[in-house]
Parts: sequence; C-alpha cells; structure tokens
Amino acid sequence: MSNKTKMAWNVGLIVALLATLFILEQILPSGSMFFTVLKKGAIYALVAVSMNLLNGFTGLFSLGQAGFMLLGAYAYAILTIPVESRGSVYQYFDGGIIQFTVPVPVALIAGGLLAAVFAFLIGLPVLRLKSDYLAIATLGFAEIIRAVFQWDKLGPITNGSNLLRNFPSFRSVLYPFVVSGICIALIVLLINSTYGRAFKAIRDDEIAAEAMGINLAHHKRLAFVISSFFAGVSGGLLAMYQTTIQASMFKSAMTYEILLIVVIGGIGSVTGSCISSFLFIACSEWWLRFLDNENLYIGGFHVPFLRPGFRKVVFAIVIMVMVLFYRQGIMGTKEFSIEGIRKFLKTRFGRKKAVEGGGSHE
Amino acid sequence: MEWITRNLPYLMAGVSVGGQYALIAIGYTMVYGILRLINFAHGDIFMVAGLIMVYAVTAMPIYIAIPLMILVTVFLGFMVERVAYKPLRSAPRMSIMISAIGVSYLLQNMALYVTGGLSQQYPTIPWISDTVTLFGATTKRVTLITPVLTIVLVVALVLLIKKTKIGMAMRAASRDFETSQLMGIKINSVISMTFIIGTFLAAVGSLLFFTNYTGVTPTAGAMPGLKAFVAAVFGGIGSIPGAVIGAFIIGICENIIKGLGWTTFSDAFTFALLIVILIAKPTGLFGEKVTDKV
Amino acid sequence: MSKEHVLKVENVTMQFGGVIAVDNMNLEVNKGEIVSLIGPNGAGKTTAFNVITGVYAPTNGAVYYKDKKIIQNFPQGRMKKLYRGENADEYTGQHVLAPTPDRITRLGIARTFQNIRLFKSQTVFENILIAKHMLRTSNIFTATFRLNAGEEQQMREESEKLLKIMDLEDVRDELSTSLPYGKQRHLEIARALATKPELLLLDEPAAGMNPQETLELTQFIGRIRDEFGLTIFMIEHHMDLVMEISDRIYVLDFGKPIAEGVPEEIRNNPKVIEAYLGGAQDE
Repeated sequence: MSNKTKMAWNVGLIVALLATLFILEQILPSGSMFFTVLKKGAIYALVAVSMNLLNGFTGLFSLGQAGFMLLGAYAYAILTIPVESRGSVYQYFDGGIIQFTVPVPVALIAGGLLAAVFAFLIGLPVLRLKSDYLAIATLGFAEIIRAVFQWDKLGPITNGSNLLRNFPSFRSVLYPFVVSGICIALIVLLINSTYGRAFKAIRDDEIAAEAMGINLAHHKRLAFVISSFFAGVSGGLLAMYQTTIQASMFKSAMTYEILLIVVIGGIGSVTGSCISSFLFIACSEWWLRFLDNENLYIGGFHVPFLRPGFRKVVFAIVIMVMVLFYRQGIMGTKEFSIEGIRKFLKTRFGRKKAVEGGGSHE
Repeated sequence: MEWITRNLPYLMAGVSVGGQYALIAIGYTMVYGILRLINFAHGDIFMVAGLIMVYAVTAMPIYIAIPLMILVTVFLGFMVERVAYKPLRSAPRMSIMISAIGVSYLLQNMALYVTGGLSQQYPTIPWISDTVTLFGATTKRVTLITPVLTIVLVVALVLLIKKTKIGMAMRAASRDFETSQLMGIKINSVISMTFIIGTFLAAVGSLLFFTNYTGVTPTAGAMPGLKAFVAAVFGGIGSIPGAVIGAFIIGICENIIKGLGWTTFSDAFTFALLIVILIAKPTGLFGEKVTDKV
Repeated sequence: MSKEHVLKVENVTMQFGGVIAVDNMNLEVNKGEIVSLIGPNGAGKTTAFNVITGVYAPTNGAVYYKDKKIIQNFPQGRMKKLYRGENADEYTGQHVLAPTPDRITRLGIARTFQNIRLFKSQTVFENILIAKHMLRTSNIFTATFRLNAGEEQQMREESEKLLKIMDLEDVRDELSTSLPYGKQRHLEIARALATKPELLLLDEPAAGMNPQETLELTQFIGRIRDEFGLTIFMIEHHMDLVMEISDRIYVLDFGKPIAEGVPEEIRNNPKVIEAYLGGAQDE
C-alpha cells in the first residue's frame, strides 16, 4: 500500500469512529456505563501513551506520571474556575488570589506546559540516573509535588488539601476522544520522526547511541518534557471528567495503574497502550462490577466470595498473570494498522509463514 | 529542661520510627544487593503482616498469634519470590520490577477486599504497649524497645552474614550473581533465604510500627515501604549497616520536621533527601561504585 | 614532516584509582593512513580508544583532531595526590576539555565497538538511518510536523546508498541482531560511516572471524578507506590483517607505546616480540 492510501484509510477510520460515537450518543442514554468507560479510557489512553513514549520508546523507567497529571489538572482547574464561584470554592482562603479565567483549550495547554516546565527542571539532575534509581527518583518527585500542592500556605492558589470544583467539564464523549486523539497523533508523528528513531536508539543501547552522535542528555530531556506535557494535558482532561479534583487523588498507585496499562498493551506499542487502557477501564469500572455484588445467584446457587472489593482482587490476579506469562502484552512492540491486518489475513489464508515474535533479550 | 521535655518526644519517636524503617529497609537492601530489584511489594508484605496480626488475635492468645504472624508473613515473602520473581530471572530488569509493582497492587487489593477498606484496630500487645515516662515525656514502651531490638537483630544478621555458610553464599551472590552460580552456590535457595530474612524483619517491624500507630489500612505499607527504600538508598543500597543508619537518620529528620509543624512535608522531605543523595552521591553513604564496561 | 595529521594524542595518561591503564601515550595518525594499535590483552588499547572518543576523560594529556585541541585534562581533586604518571605540570591550570562521545562523533570521528553494539530492536536499514540523525538541521517541531521532508528523504537515500556499498541491501529489513556475525560487523562499520566521519576508529573489527572472513575484511577496510577518503585507526589482534593493510603500527604494552613503525619494522622489533611472548626481564 502506498503512503497515500494508508493515510486515506486511517483518516477514514477515524472519521467513521467519531461518527459512530456521535450516533451512539444520540441513541444510548447518556449515563450509560459504556460512555463512562469511553471517556475515562480515552483520557487514560493519552497518559498511557505518554508514559510509553518514555518507558517504551526511550527506555527511561519513570514513575512520575501521576505528579505531572496533578500539575496539569491543577493548572486547568485553577485557570478555569469561574470568578464568581471562586468565593465558594476557596472558602477558606478568601476566594484565592487568582481572579481571572482563561478559555478551556488554553487552560489545558497551560496544564501541559506547567508539567513540561517542571519536567525540564526535574530532568536536569534526575535523568542522569540509571534505570531503577530514575524510577524511584521520579516517584519521589511526584510525592513531593503532591505534598506541596496540599500545603496550606499555597492555599490561595491551590486551595490546600480541599477540593477544587465548579470548573467547566465536558458532556460529549467526543471531547476527550478528539483531544486525546490529537495528542496521541502528535506523539505518533514524533515517534516516527528522526527524533523518535533517536529515542529508540537510546533505548536499545545508550553507549552506541552516544557514539552515533546522539546527545543523550538532550534527547532524554526532550522525551521527558514531551511525555510530561501530554501527561499534564491528560491531567486536565481527567479533571474535566471527574468534575472535582484533590491532590490526594494523584497517588503513586495511579502511576502504577498507568504503568500496568502500558505493560498490558505492550511496552513500545502506541496502539497497544490505547487498546489496553480501554480494556483496563472497562474491566475495572464495568465488566467486573458483578464481582462486587454480594447477592449474585446463578440459578439457585449463591456465588461465594462476592462482595465489594472482590473485583479488584480478580483484576489484580489477571494482571499478574499477564505480567508473568504474557510479557509481550497485547501488542508486543507491534502496532495495530490496516497494513498489519492485511498482512495478517494474507499469512493466515495465504501461505503459512513462520511468524517471528519480537524476542527481547537483555 | 523545658526544651528537652518539649522536644524529646519527637526525638524518641524519630529513633523509634527509624528503627522500624531499618527493619524494613534491610529487606530492600538485601534483595537489591542480590537481584538488583526494588521489591515494591515489600512494604505491602509489611502491611499484610499487620493485618494477619489483627485477625490472629481474635482467634488465639497473643503468645501464639505473634509467632504465627511471623511465620505466615515469612511464608508469604517466600511465596512472592517463588511465584512472581523467580520465573522472570532471565527477563529484562524492567519486567521484574513491573512484576513487583503487580504484586504490590495485588496485595493491596486483597487487603482491601478482606478488610472492606476499613482501618483495622491493631491489637494492644501487653507490656510493649504500656505507657512509660522518661524525662517527663510520656511514651509507649515500644518506643524505647524498638531501637534496642533493631540493633540486636541487625547485629545477629551481620553475624549470620559474616560467619555462616549461607551468609557467605549471600555475599558471593551479591558480588557476582553469575559467577557464584558457577561456583556451585544454589542461587535459588540463597535468594529464598534472603526473602525469608527480609520478611522476618519486616514482620517484626510491623509489630513495632503498628503498635504505635494502631490502625492498619490496605495502603498502610506503601509509605513506610517507600521510606525504608529511601533509607536503603541513602545508606548505599546493598549495605546493611548503611540501611540501618539511613533509616535512623530519616526517622529522626521526619519527626523533627513534624515537631517544627511542617507535617505536610514530612513525606516530601524523605524524597527530597533521596533525590539529593542520588544526585550528589548515587552510591549512598556506604555503597560501592559500579562502572559500565564499554 | 609535510604530512597533515588528523589525530594526535599527546602525553595521554589514564589512571583508574591506582592503576595506570594508559601511560603517557603519544601517537599521530596522518591523513589517509591506516594505522593499527596492537598489543597484548590488557595493554590499554580499548582504554586509549575510549579516551579519544570521549567515553573517559583522560587523567592527564591532550588529544588533537586536525590541529585543533579537542580533549585536555590534568590530575584534579582526588587524582592530584594519587597521580603517578608523567607530564602533569604541562597541562595543570589549563582549560579542561572533556567533550561527551556524541560531540566527538559530530566532529568527524566515528567508531565501532569490540563487542558489537547494534540497535537490537531495529532493522539493518534503521540502524544506519539512526546514525544520520546527527546530521539533521531540523528541530523537534519541524521533525514532528514533517516540515523536514526534504531532509528526511535525503537521509533515507543516503542510507540506501550506503547499504548498497556495504553489501547489506539483501538484508535491509532484517532485524540487526539476526544477521550472521560477520555481517553485524559490516553493519556496525556502515553505521559509523553514516555519520560521514573523516577518521574511523575500529575496535577489533576482525574479532571472532574466520580466516576467510578476515581476508574479506582486509580488502573491505582498504576499499572503504579509498572510497570514503577516510583515515583509519584500528585495534586488531589478527596479525595477518594488521601486517597486510597497516601503513604504520603502534605497539602498546602495559599502557605504554613500546614501538612504532611500518609493518616490516614491527615484525622484527625485539621489544615487540618480547612483549608478545611475555619474556619477563628486569630492566
């Protein structure tokens, strides 16, 4: 297939997807679980892809995603709470000191930029660290950010440890889809550019990459800042989705969840991250809900063990099984594409070829 | 004198918490020394130990409950290694770390299921929960016992590592994993032993820790776990005395900060310390330098 | 001396703790030459390479590339006391130059590695294309938004051309690490050439090759020197190869150059024979 046909297919698919969503939204009741999953899934897809850019494509094991989401969410909320409701939101801080609002898209981008600026500053010292030290240092930074945002003295800006609310949110499922979609498309464009190749080179072999004239510090920082920017944007989207936010939401457990999404989707696969975030959210919010129902009967049989929390246990076990036995995740490092399906069908129904698994060895 | 009575409680609490962190930190540092793995689940095992105690005392007298709790916790630590880490021995380091995070997630969710998300009241353990007065400051006896017990256990551990055969095997494995295997060391039993010792100390630590804090929640292990890890890094990961000293320093600093009225930042401080040490001296106080071969 | 030197190593000493790996090394590589660095195992050859390519900053000494000083250092800090090498005063107090390896490569010095270091999850073609990254003029925005299409096209064309020259066309889309050993070495050289170097450093290019492959490599190195107008400085153990293609040879023993000359001189130099046969004699 030529590049043009590929492009046409992809554009067609996206338009069809958005149209389907639009139609579904007219038919199905808006409170349906289906839309909850789609909305949250789209947001998580963005943050998972942003994490994958770092962990999967650049080989930097960072666990700071929740911190950057927090920055994005707070920047968004603080900049968009209508001036007239600031008095009630910042009730303990005399309405806060920020007395203006900006349009929603500007606030989302501002959230991304704030996260990016922090990433830049943090990145200077931290990115010199090796694998697991980097992980623990970024995790630490996320915790520090969380503590700082809960600090009373910053209350006039952050509202301390109290909820931020009353900021604009979205109603249509199309909103997170379009925003996340644009962001993910940008990340994909980046990954397929010469910079993306440099990132992958760093992941594969830092020493060789450096010997090929790739400035490690510069490229690592680029990946870190860009990843954080998109995490920040997704934080803003999450704020919109949840309608209220609080610093205590953005715990390291959140980062772990995102990491698990990335792993299940396949480290180094953008489409994998997207698919797995929808699956992850669907399982945890919807499909496994019945496991929390204490009074579930199959025929006359009362299913034992079921009570609130069981869903999460089952879910965690499923994840462990994935981690241990399907280390490649859903997609491995491959991408889901029209071309891929065509090849797959060809090999399936054409001559059987030995399929090569992208073996990863140390 | 008044200054002492005012500040002594913080200092004592610091030393006590430091001792408890030390007991957890040893588990991190030993595992990291051999497997180069940050065992993210270690803090959660510590939490599970607390829960086991909560449920055990409802069914049996305390003098049976304590050894049983320790035994079950040690078994859990052993099983976690066998099930979640052993199959990934030859996998990239990132996979095994992710597996550790997965175990942590699983343990927390299981605890959530069992407890229903409610904070569980930790049983009062006779004698060590009693209140004592020292220089006019009142505290629980556990505060005084912790540092002593910690030091006794650490000395015993150091002797074990220095003098016994299994200790020698551990040292060999942490120096060079592959070569020690070639030298006929049964690496799997060494690793199991490491996890057993680590979880044993964490179980003792949980006994002391929760006696002071009374409530056990599913996420109760996460923060002490992370802090203990920071202590291990601070002291130079792989070094047991380093981990202990690091833990005491962190415990004391944290409580001084609380004493100054900056409670919000007591956790953040630990991480700030971590980042400073990683940047200034990545090998920690007592760590050894490793260089990559080109 | 009308010859123009491309690389000049001046009084370079590399000391790790108390161990001197390279001891007051002086050497020159002239334009268009193939110069070999030989010596017994552990003589400090790879360390010397690592100093020249910026992996390690030398403890003392300087390195020049085309008459421009690119690396310079003198014993500092803890090393001040520990330093046991020579010529420390010559550089003390001078400006320290310690560029990172990528800067060195961008100056025009490319290298290969003793234990092949390919980008393992990438195809043969991508391995070469990655090396073109350093020649970009695009920034991250123009690259992401595809405003650099012309440059990208050029990078790809040049990489394709290189594949053809290096006989790697038939394996273009294979995973780099799935190639046979000899081909992997070729690819590593091709990747280094993709950065358009003037000076190529080869670290044991014939390691692990059989005589037939070594012979082919010998011809190959000569060919690329002429075709790309290169200067080549290499470490090698295969004496047939070294004697066959080297214009000059340096012999290193215990970090110190013990002999220098054309192959014929080296072959008959008693010091060299002694170093290799290990006749321990007290001086």
